[in-house]
Amino acid sequence: MSFRVGVVTFPGSLDDRDAARAVTIAGGTAVSLWHADANLHSVDAIVLPGGFSYGDYLRCGAIARFAPVMEKIVDAANGGLPVLGICNGFQILCESHLLPGALTRNDHLHFICRDQKLKIENNKTAWTVDYELGQEIVVPLKNGEGGYVADGYTLDQLEGEGLVIARYLDANPNGSHRDIAGISNQAGNVVGLMPHPEHAVEALTGPTTDGLGFFTSVLTSLVKNGQVAV
Amino acid sequence: MVRIVVDVKLKPEILDPQGRAVLGALGRLGLDGVADVRQGKQFILTLEGEVDDAILAQVDKIAESLLSNPVIEDYTVRVDR
Repeated sequence: MSFRVGVVTFPGSLDDRDAARAVTIAGGTAVSLWHADANLHSVDAIVLPGGFSYGDYLRCGAIARFAPVMEKIVDAANGGLPVLGICNGFQILCESHLLPGALTRNDHLHFICRDQKLKIENNKTAWTVDYELGQEIVVPLKNGEGGYVADGYTLDQLEGEGLVIARYLDANPNGSHRDIAGISNQAGNVVGLMPHPEHAVEALTGPTTDGLGFFTSVLTSLVKNGQVAV
Repeated sequence: MVRIVVDVKLKPEILDPQGRAVLGALGRLGLDGVADVRQGKQFILTLEGEVDDAILAQVDKIAESLLSNPVIEDYTVRVDR
């Protein structure tokens, strides 16, 4: 008896296995979803994993946005289904207009891969309730196009409504405006994050287990919302 | 055959690190006096039939929704006869 968390595989997804594993370690049931299958298979939440969907052709996430499964996900997300987009998943959420802004080429042009310190700035979303407000965590970061950009009005709105869920600490790795690492929609069910919490869920393979909180949070919030696991 | 050309470029306020890298290379190649370089994309759609307003409207919509991201990019559509 546990909640079903779907993990979508697009052609070029890399981190779908790790995301599914993180779901399992958190206590959920990972359900594989296929990009060409316009069916969400009764999942309670969805993770859009990192990678290079459709080879990052055109723009990162631009083609994935039009995948059959994404049409269903956009509708479900607008209806309140928790959706977490990590790295390429974050790019897909922005291209789908589920989140504002866009992710652009790192300002220094280099692909960056390192352990990154973050500060959790909103612990009210479906994916962050298990964190303390202001908690500092360390998870891997690996991207070439991770610079979060939006116009000044949108940035002020995100800050004003507390929708910046995580910010880079110590050094900004990619030129993101206002050190933004992750954001949420107003309802708090859709979250996009550039670093990779799914790679920090086990001591054997991760720098920490700090990332697990994202995956336990969604299970916690499903219970809080009165949903029953089947 | 008629060609429709869609040019996509980053909005002026968006940082273009690739253009900046090209600018740096120009200096190293001895081309001085270039103030700025911006890198864009061009899509050339070759049509089997003729172009009419309905097709142009469709291409415009596709340029806005798929070929460009209006958050960071501007686009233009022109017919190349």
